[in-house]
Amino acid sequence: MNAPLTLEGVLRPAAADQAAAAAAPWAADFPILARPVRARRLAYLDNGATTQKPQGVIQALADFYEQSNANIHRGVHWLSQHATDLYEQARSRVAGLLNAPNSQDVIFVRGTTEAINLVAQTWGQSLAPGDEILVTDMEHHSNIVPWQLLCARTGAVLRHARVTDSGEIDLDDFRSCLNARTRLVALAHVSNALGTVNPVAEITRLAREAGALVLVDGAQAVAHAPVDVQALDCDFYAFSGHKIYGPTGIGALYVRASILQKLAPWQGGGDMIHTVSFEGSTWAEGPQRFEAGTPNIAGAVALGAAIDYVQSIGLPVIAAHESALLAEATERMLALPGVRLVGTARHKAGILSFLVDGIHPHDLGTILDTEGVAIRAGHHCAMPLMARFGIPGTARASLALYNTQADIDALVAGVRKAQKLFGV
Amino acid sequence: MRDTDDGLRDLYQEVIFDHNRNPRNFHAMPDASHQADGHNPLCGDQLTVYARVADGIVQEASFVGHGCAISTASASLMTEAVRGQPIEEVERLFRNIHQMLTEAHPDCDLGKLEVLSGVREFPARVKCATLAWHTLHNAITQARDVAVTE
Repeated sequence: MNAPLTLEGVLRPAAADQAAAAAAPWAADFPILARPVRARRLAYLDNGATTQKPQGVIQALADFYEQSNANIHRGVHWLSQHATDLYEQARSRVAGLLNAPNSQDVIFVRGTTEAINLVAQTWGQSLAPGDEILVTDMEHHSNIVPWQLLCARTGAVLRHARVTDSGEIDLDDFRSCLNARTRLVALAHVSNALGTVNPVAEITRLAREAGALVLVDGAQAVAHAPVDVQALDCDFYAFSGHKIYGPTGIGALYVRASILQKLAPWQGGGDMIHTVSFEGSTWAEGPQRFEAGTPNIAGAVALGAAIDYVQSIGLPVIAAHESALLAEATERMLALPGVRLVGTARHKAGILSFLVDGIHPHDLGTILDTEGVAIRAGHHCAMPLMARFGIPGTARASLALYNTQADIDALVAGVRKAQKLFGV
Repeated sequence: MRDTDDGLRDLYQEVIFDHNRNPRNFHAMPDASHQADGHNPLCGDQLTVYARVADGIVQEASFVGHGCAISTASASLMTEAVRGQPIEEVERLFRNIHQMLTEAHPDCDLGKLEVLSGVREFPARVKCATLAWHTLHNAITQARDVAVTE
């Protein structure tokens, strides 16, 4: 069953899911995890930046070019039809992942950033001066800057709801920002810098009451728990393939069908037209209207393979595994003297952002790197959020399905080593 | 093969820790003749470098800001190294430091600044070590440009 990303789904996994998750045998599916880094066992904890790829996804890319490569939507020849079928099957896989009503509600894009820019440059063009877009203080730059550019073009106003000290959206402030001029609420499903799982269904209900649409940045969500766009009742849902074990350069945007029908084209070119003449052109129906030019066909097909992979394990099982690992990592990190978490929301997924007294996150990142532990250090493309907490950045460990207790051991040992080295 | 721990010890030498914990000349300079801001957007390091130049000689240099141990120590060491030096010598030092961090060791002894040479093994950290130097270079050359156009 495809339940939405909920408190129940993440924090109280079913016993069967917990049992399956505890075994966590999936690291062997990822060839890169077997390579040493800096002569150490690799503990890859930078999954918020990008995830590693299972053999099946790598093979799907190779298979496509070895067995199926042709251009799509235009061939009378067999291979073209075959490639088209694979590409459209991948669209159905994405629709299945998000529980979208129809595969024609899914537009292939390069990633979350392009998806958000697409919405800003198509739907957003209808905004009038004084219209408002509401985001939150915890957004990634890719869910801030496209709206700033749109506001500069249209005279619309970008507002931002506050985040509490624990890293949750301040719902009172959010409600006070919502008003009759709010046309769109755009927010992360899961914060890339804090790990907070936002109450999207609740936010959507509030936005609906105010007459606003809702865009959800699902970049940090789709790989970590079941997502259901119908249960969330959102209008747009964006994600990147490379953060769900797929290739880089491919992602998807779900658009509610009634909105997609009316959306003006974006980039012009081949594949997005119905007819072209110098008197005027007409546009293709459905998602193709937004997929001008030859798309990343192999990438889409391999994304389909990645979705098959996570669904073969089961997103509830993955959620249970990561949730248990996050709980352990949180407990063990907090047991270290001088370690402070940034982002302590009641409902979190897979991300541990932290500071160590007396050690800059960048130094910590270098020392952990020499232990084979890959983390991210910096502002995580969320500079307004760092400013809100009064810090230049954090160290961030982010989990994926292949992480195990050994990775947490390496993280904790690396932090202790850094503390010893720095004498703190 | 050299162990990465050796590289780590070369990077974080005691002098680096000392200057990180107790940065020298760590203050604003109200009577500075030259100043510039430096920012490393990748890691959020931010600093302002000040210099008081008279008769073509850096009488005094200082800095404020926040950053990692490498950028803080590099800035601190720099303010000591350039004090009393002619501007031409400061520019020569800047080029030599840059070369030491990015290519091969230059054909000269860089004295106390040699402690930064371990950074070369960590390409992701080179910008941390050069930030203060780029900022000082900008401070000095920008002011010169202004002087030329006048």
